Amino acid sequence: MNLVVREAFMSFRRTPSLSFLSIITIGFALFVVSLFGLVALNFQEALEDVGERVEVVMYLTRGTPETIALAAYDDILTFPEVESVEFVSADEALVQAREELVEFQGLYSDLSTNPLPASLGIKLKPGFRNAEDVRAVAERVRGFRFAEDIRYGDDWIATLDRIRNVAGIIGLVVGAAFGLASIMIIGTTIRMTIIQRSREISIMRLVGATDGFIRMPFLLEGLVKGALGGLAAVALNYAVYQLVNRTLLPASFFRIEHIGMIVGFGTLLGFFSSALSVRKHLREI
Amino acid sequence: MIKLTNVFKSYPKGDFALRDVSFHVRKGEFVFLTGHSGAGKSTVISLIHAEHKPTQGVVRVSGFNTTNMLRREIPRLRRRLGIVFQDFRLLEERTAEENVAFALEATGARTNTIGPRVVRVLTQVGLARKARALPRELSGGEQQRVAIARALVNDPFVLLADEPTGNLDQRASLGIFKLLEEVNSHGTAVLMATHNLDLVKSSPYRWIELEQGAIVYDSAVDGEKGE
Repeated sequence: MNLVVREAFMSFRRTPSLSFLSIITIGFALFVVSLFGLVALNFQEALEDVGERVEVVMYLTRGTPETIALAAYDDILTFPEVESVEFVSADEALVQAREELVEFQGLYSDLSTNPLPASLGIKLKPGFRNAEDVRAVAERVRGFRFAEDIRYGDDWIATLDRIRNVAGIIGLVVGAAFGLASIMIIGTTIRMTIIQRSREISIMRLVGATDGFIRMPFLLEGLVKGALGGLAAVALNYAVYQLVNRTLLPASFFRIEHIGMIVGFGTLLGFFSSALSVRKHLREI
Repeated sequence: MIKLTNVFKSYPKGDFALRDVSFHVRKGEFVFLTGHSGAGKSTVISLIHAEHKPTQGVVRVSGFNTTNMLRREIPRLRRRLGIVFQDFRLLEERTAEENVAFALEATGARTNTIGPRVVRVLTQVGLARKARALPRELSGGEQQRVAIARALVNDPFVLLADEPTGNLDQRASLGIFKLLEEVNSHGTAVLMATHNLDLVKSSPYRWIELEQGAIVYDSAVDGEKGE
């Protein structure tokens, strides 16, 4: 094992510029994919923010006793799609209206009776903030006798759905293309380092080294290069994130599990491209 | 030891490289393999160390039959052979002693035995003082000595030398030949491919000549050949 580690790291020491170059190449290949991931992550968070505003508002028939409204409140809270319910009494609605609609403050204060109905604001859980589920919840609450009107802005929820779907498809296609390109670039980079050492491999075979013995240092080297390339990609992403955050708009960075995924992806790619290249190479010589 | 029986070898896009070649190298024997370029000398050597398989016939090397040998058995065979080439095939970034030690490490030798064994063979080939030199710091003859030391370090029963003096001047060639003779005197068989006929004729050893892939002369069978 010591020998395998020594042989693997010897190549870094003996050809530092080539090793550095291949790590940078791997780093940039992974950077392109992961930068796309970072953009997608921020876009998804922005969509989630918008999604949080998805709300079904049920206006209650005037004169509905508060006890009935609160019973409905408890009932709606048991719906699997529902995250929270907020009861707004008629009086509270008026106070809110006075605060929010400053232009009509005078008008509202002149009223002898409160024209605003009480309402139940229903927020849905993240997975249910789409047109279909919103409509289903709206239809269900419409069944309450005292439901005067149900509002949920179906137009913009449908638009949000479309954006989500299109973004999902684009993300998948472009992400897969970038992913594939990075696999090919990393594979080629690793293959080149192995071709560069084909003479060494043939000498190893000549002195009676087994294929397994020959393979091990290359696998370890590929693994380390992949991992370092992954870290380089994370560092490049961090630089971009800082730049955007300071100059353009507040953005989010990868969580630790995302960083783990990028480094892990690089490590696996490095390992498997080495395995494939060495295998192919060993068969040829 | 080494026995070729009715061996034919052809390459995918070529003519026969060997035709009906049969000979037997016995324990401790010194044998020259001669012939012009393309006569088949290197092909014979490559069949013995299982770089290629014969198209027809049987190649037996120390209990191994290379004709139907599995790929994973090849390292076991090669550890019993010492192989030396015209172009030395040393690892350029490693010192002489590292090149020799590498052959032991690659075959899983115990770490504490490697140092003494490397010193022993480097001393045997007369290069103990240049153990720390890189190949590029050594002359051609010295590089070939390192290659021979590497070939000997696993105590092979036979040393296969494919044109070992081909890249060397006359003096260095003679030095390498003397070294091979000395190796042979310790009981290791030597099969040396060469086109240096002067060397062959001035030596008392067996001599097999190939022409267009066929054996045209074997001193063990045909007796001494005249001028």
